[in-house]
Amino acid sequence: MDIEYVAKLARIDLNVSQKKKLTKQLSDILGYIEKLKELKVDKVEPMSHVLPLKNVFREDKVKPSLPVEKVLKNAPAKKDSSFSVPKVIE
Amino acid sequence: MELHKLTAHELTNLIAKKKTSVKEVAEDLLKRIERTEKKVKALCLVDKQDVLAQCEQLEKGPRKGKLFGVPVVIKDNICVAGQDTTCSSRILKGFKPPYDATVVSRLKQEGALILARANMDEFAFGSSCETSCYGPTHNPWDLKRIPGGSSGGSAASVAADETILALGSDTGGSIRQPAALCGVVGLKPTYGRVSRYGLIAFASSLDQIGPFAKDVEDAALLLNVISGHDLMDSTCAEEKVPDYTKNLKPDVKGLKIGIPKEYFAKGLDNEVKTQVAAALDVLTGLGAKVKEISLPHTEYAVADYYILATAEASSNLARFDGVQYGHRRAKPSDLIEMYFKTRGEGLGEEAKRRIILGTYALSSGYYDAYYLRALKVRRLIKEDFDAAFKKVDCLITPTSPTAAFKIGERTDDPLAMYLSDIYTISVNLAGLPAISLPCGLNSEGLPVGLQVIARAFDEQTMLRTAFAFEQNTEHHKKRPNV
Repeated sequence: MDIEYVAKLARIDLNVSQKKKLTKQLSDILGYIEKLKELKVDKVEPMSHVLPLKNVFREDKVKPSLPVEKVLKNAPAKKDSSFSVPKVIE
Repeated sequence: MELHKLTAHELTNLIAKKKTSVKEVAEDLLKRIERTEKKVKALCLVDKQDVLAQCEQLEKGPRKGKLFGVPVVIKDNICVAGQDTTCSSRILKGFKPPYDATVVSRLKQEGALILARANMDEFAFGSSCETSCYGPTHNPWDLKRIPGGSSGGSAASVAADETILALGSDTGGSIRQPAALCGVVGLKPTYGRVSRYGLIAFASSLDQIGPFAKDVEDAALLLNVISGHDLMDSTCAEEKVPDYTKNLKPDVKGLKIGIPKEYFAKGLDNEVKTQVAAALDVLTGLGAKVKEISLPHTEYAVADYYILATAEASSNLARFDGVQYGHRRAKPSDLIEMYFKTRGEGLGEEAKRRIILGTYALSSGYYDAYYLRALKVRRLIKEDFDAAFKKVDCLITPTSPTAAFKIGERTDDPLAMYLSDIYTISVNLAGLPAISLPCGLNSEGLPVGLQVIARAFDEQTMLRTAFAFEQNTEHHKKRPNV
C-alpha cells in the first residue's frame, strides 16, 4: 500500500514513524484479508445492507429545525450565522 | 441499604412502594462511584450537580415510567443534549450535542436517571477499551486486565455496581464481548430494532445500540424502552415490538438449539469450552434439543468485517474535519492544512489505522478487489445463518474465545486484537440479535460468557433461552470484589 497516497486521500497528517509503523501493520492486516480471495464469488450478489432496502417516504411537512445559535454553538470558529474557515478562494 | 447492588426490577419496586427515593438511589450510586472509580475508571464524565438536578425534576414530576428513578450510564458515543459526548476521542473534546439521541429521549420519557458517561475505545474502534483518549478502563474482576471493548466502560460500570443499567453500541461485538469479560448481560438487538439517531456512526450498516444489565429480565426491560420505529432513522424497522418482559418464561422444552461446529474449533480456550459445554448440559436438562450445525463461511468473517466496517468508518469519520465541531488545528495556513493537521492531531492511532485501511479498500483500482468482494462474502455469511435457522430456533456459542486478557497484551498487534471478536462479528454482518450472559468463572476467577443468537426480530426466543439458563444457575449473582 502506498501509505502516503492513501493518507492524502483520507486527509490525515502522519509523521515518519507513524508511516513506518502503519505500513507494516496494514501489510499484515491486508495479508490476512487476502483470505477472501479463496472464495468464488462471481455469481454472488453484493449485499450492502441486511434489511430489504426500500425508499422511505413521508409527507413533506415543514417542521421546526434546530435554531442557528444551537447549531453553531460547537463551532471552533464562526462568523454571523456561518461556520468560519480559512479563505478558500483568493 | 446497598441500593447499588440491586437490579432495575428490584429498584423500581422499592421506589413504587416508597421504600426508597430517587434521591437516595442517586446518592448511593454516586457514593459507590466515588469508592470504586479510582480503580476501575469506567466513566469519563460524572456530573453530580446534573444528577441531583435530575432527581429533583423526577421527584416533582408525575412519578411514573418503566424506569422511574433507575440510574443508567450512557456510552460516550450516544448524544445527550448539552452534555459532553466525545467518543472518547481528542477530536471531539468539548462537543456538546444540541439534541438527545432517540434512545436517550425514550429513557427520559420513562423516568430514567442519566447517571454518567461510559469510557470506550475511541470511536468504538477496539476490543479492549485501551484506545480511549482518557486512558484504559480496568476489569473489575482483575484490575490488571482489560474489560473488553469497545463498550468497556458500560460493561465495567455495571459489573462494579457503579450503575444499575447501561447503554452501549455493538458493531462487531462491542456490547457482547465486554459483557462476557465483565460477567454481565449484554444484548445486541436485530439491526433496525433500535433507532441509531444520535449514535455517532462507526459503520452504519452494522451499528446497533443495546442494553447492559445484571440479569436477563433487566436487559429485556431496557430493550422494551429503547426499541421501536423512529422517523429520525430511516433504517429503523417498522416492526411491532413485543413486550419482552411479559413473555419472559424460563421454558426451553422442545427448543431446538444449534451448535455451530466452526465456533468450537482451534483458538478456543479450553476452560471457555468447558463452561459452554456445561451450559449446554443445563439447557438439555431443561428439555432443549441440541444439534450440531455448520456455518461454513465463519473463517472469512473477521477479514470481511475489517473491509466493510473500515470502509464505512472512513466515510463516516470524514465529518471530523475541524469545521463544525470539536478540535481544530490552531492557526492553519490554509483550508487543506487545517484538514490534515486537525485530523493528524485529533485522531488516535487505531482511528488512523482504520480510516486508512477503509480509504484504501474504497480507492480507485482496489474497490472491486476489496470492498465489492467483501459485500459478496457478506451475503454468503448471512446465507449460512438463513440455512441454519431452517433447522434450529437459536444458536449457542462462546461469546469470546478467551477470558479477559492483560492490559497492553495486544496493543502492538492489531490483528490479534481483531481476532478477539471472532465469535461476535458474523452476527453483525447478518444483522441478527444476540445476547451474552455469564456462564461461570475460569480457574483464575475471570468471567466466561455464553452467546445466544436468534433469527432477525426474534429477540423473544433469544431472551427466553437466556432466561431459562440464568434462572436455573447462579452465575449472574456473582459480583467482583472491587
